[in-house]
Amino acid sequence: MTNDKSLFQGHPKDPSALLDIIRTVQGRHGHVPPEAVSGIAAHVGLSEAEVRGAVTFYHFFSLEPRGRSTIYLNDSITSRMRGRTAVAKAFEEEAGCRFGEVAPDGSIGLFPTSCIGMNDQEPSAIVDGTVFTGLTADAARAVVRGLRAGKAAKDLVGKFGDGANQSDLVRAMVVNNIRRRGPVLFGDHEAGSAIRKMVAMTPEAVIEEIKKANLLGRGGAGFPTGLKWDFCRREKNPPHYVVCNADEGEPGTFKDRVILTELPRLVFEGMAVAGYAVGAEEGVLYLRAEYDYLRPSLESALADMRRENLLGKNIAGSAFSFDIAIKSGAGAYICGEESALLESAEGKRGEPRDRPPFPVQFGYRGRPTTVNNVETLAAAARILVQGAPWFTSLGTPKSAGTKLLSVSGDCARPGVYEVEFGLSVRELLDLVGGPEAMAVQIGGPSGTCVARSGFDRKICFSDLATGGSVIVFGPERDIFEIVANFMDFFVEESCGWCTPCRAGNVLLKKKFEKVVRGQGSELDLKELEDWGKLIKCTSRCGLGQTSPNPILTTLQNFPELYRAKVRKGDDYLTEFDLAAAVRDGCEAAHRHFECEETSHE
Amino acid sequence: MSEIRFTIDGKPCTGKPGQTIVEAAKDNGIYIPVLCHFEGLKPVGSCRICTVRVNGRYAAACTQPVSEGMVVENTAPDLEDMRKALIEMLFVEGNHMCPTCEKSGNCELQALGYRYQLLAPRFPYLWPRRELDASAPKLVLERNRCIQCLRCVREIRAKDGRAVFAAVHRGPHVTIEADPELAAALSDEEARHAMEICPVGAILRKETGYAVPIGERKFDGAPIGSDIEKGSER
Repeated sequence: MTNDKSLFQGHPKDPSALLDIIRTVQGRHGHVPPEAVSGIAAHVGLSEAEVRGAVTFYHFFSLEPRGRSTIYLNDSITSRMRGRTAVAKAFEEEAGCRFGEVAPDGSIGLFPTSCIGMNDQEPSAIVDGTVFTGLTADAARAVVRGLRAGKAAKDLVGKFGDGANQSDLVRAMVVNNIRRRGPVLFGDHEAGSAIRKMVAMTPEAVIEEIKKANLLGRGGAGFPTGLKWDFCRREKNPPHYVVCNADEGEPGTFKDRVILTELPRLVFEGMAVAGYAVGAEEGVLYLRAEYDYLRPSLESALADMRRENLLGKNIAGSAFSFDIAIKSGAGAYICGEESALLESAEGKRGEPRDRPPFPVQFGYRGRPTTVNNVETLAAAARILVQGAPWFTSLGTPKSAGTKLLSVSGDCARPGVYEVEFGLSVRELLDLVGGPEAMAVQIGGPSGTCVARSGFDRKICFSDLATGGSVIVFGPERDIFEIVANFMDFFVEESCGWCTPCRAGNVLLKKKFEKVVRGQGSELDLKELEDWGKLIKCTSRCGLGQTSPNPILTTLQNFPELYRAKVRKGDDYLTEFDLAAAVRDGCEAAHRHFECEETSHE
Repeated sequence: MSEIRFTIDGKPCTGKPGQTIVEAAKDNGIYIPVLCHFEGLKPVGSCRICTVRVNGRYAAACTQPVSEGMVVENTAPDLEDMRKALIEMLFVEGNHMCPTCEKSGNCELQALGYRYQLLAPRFPYLWPRRELDASAPKLVLERNRCIQCLRCVREIRAKDGRAVFAAVHRGPHVTIEADPELAAALSDEEARHAMEICPVGAILRKETGYAVPIGERKFDGAPIGSDIEKGSER
């Protein structure tokens, strides 16, 4: 039964265990039934309402059954560009239910999901934790038939991908698509060399080296890493923590997936370096649920490093001890925001915190914490070995080093590219085979939609900053469809905490849809801008502060498209539909039929 | 303890270390409108009505601590319009029927609407369908009026610390839920406190209503915030 006590065994009796227990129950039963909610609440000492609050926050948890097998089909714009509609239809026909539903026989549940980090091999889906990429309608039908025939999803994978995707610990059909190997991430690296070098230095010297290298956060925000470590080290409220943000959720980014697949040890070395620098003995890798299939391989890399004395007690023969634990997410874009990530790692709803205090002061479990991106930590390990001058010789004076870009969309060679900062959009398009592009989305939906006139702009922190997502749009694409998809994403992924992000984005999207329907006036365009600015200025965290960008950056870079949609000179309620209003009124009065006729006259 | 000196709209102010801008402003006789904020509760910055500019950057005054030399803008016309827009947003996001609401006159959202001279909102009404929960013996949870300020979530707890109210779902689907078991155990006193702490009419006591007649209620005589501003005129 679902109130089976064995589900809670091994989990501490406190709220920090909440998400881990929910994950166990969800995995065993396909949902969290009411009796399990009471059991969990009693075990961790929370109210049932609080437990339901946590379950309903995360996309991959559910209070309702999701089917014996659950299919989560990616809903990113690139998936749509690559034929998602036909795949979705095939899933629905074969399963016998619509998306958002479970088939009548309870065997299959179909659900859409935000970008799962496979944008270079769409359409993709996660089926019972197994990733399926490059789906066709036929492949979709075969998956459903296989599941109905009692096969496990992992046994339905025909051919494994390249590199470590073929290893016994991964066995995924995912491909890396590494198109350009740069000197920082993909340069020759002797395993453990960063750790051995680090223990011969003082923590202050490590921080100094990272500062001299001018390493800026690779997640997109670009905060100086050395400074962050310095702030964290100076805080007096031990224990300190290192948290690796492996929750890349920006639609179109998948570069951390490739790093974690091919270079997990480099990331862990970077975490050890960070730990040594700030004075932490524990590190946490917060892994997005979409990448849970990499967990056995990551755990194995950790075990290898412990065996080699590169993690654990007195590492590399020093007095320094450091180890790393992996925590899983459960489907929430907002958890890529560092303070929301910390809340989630502590077992709560992933709602951002107010700052100050910043995570370096009040972070994981309320202690000084440095939260760094996967790529940042890998780069830090390399800088320690190769030296700051080597790093600053790459890139531009203000944006040192290289950036790993995830490129997808209308181009000949989608995949990951390690390029030096300062590359122009045009140069990138030549590299990836997309010279015809009409627009390039740099930095995902929260970034900038660049028009052809902006193709000489450069990818660097002072111009086009990006966490790594690059989506190429060919000349035949509809900008409005793209923007609509991005706005749906933000509405869906807002945590709902603050007014402007929760309500504002819904209202902004409605206004946008009105304009796209051709019912907008010039006043509506001005209001799109005003409302977008309102949401940016008053939202509580980075999600809300960037959520209007799909509309604002296309208004700025494609003004002619918007102008062609609106009625000139009108400023009355152009969206008022008299026929619909009369119909509504008649329905309310139960005079449906006669009035419909009247309204047509 | 040393005093912190800063300015609000050019007026020299003083504050104590650790004090938020909202608290310090109040001590200096300056009203910064708030809605989710409630004295004594940990601020959460959810409504954003208290948005100010601090050294040129936007911040929620209820969560931002004062610091030496800080320059705070509070009544710039663009800020006041943003606040008005946020109030309008809360009105269109729910279903607020003031004339039939037991909280009318005591409602802080309504009072802010008057203070900001809200006529017709700039946003279209969303008319959401929201479930009313009357299952608890002493309370009605009238979600049509809920503005997700999280006051009840923060304040109303069982003796063992478990939260009686919790936010469920996320994004535009967030709703406040009352834990059936814990809500049933609330005393008359606790239930009244839950109603009082709710800034709007989302938490109502059962079996009693309109104890104070319309016309004699909290905001019937003077606009919200005038008590703080009156202090400064002395």
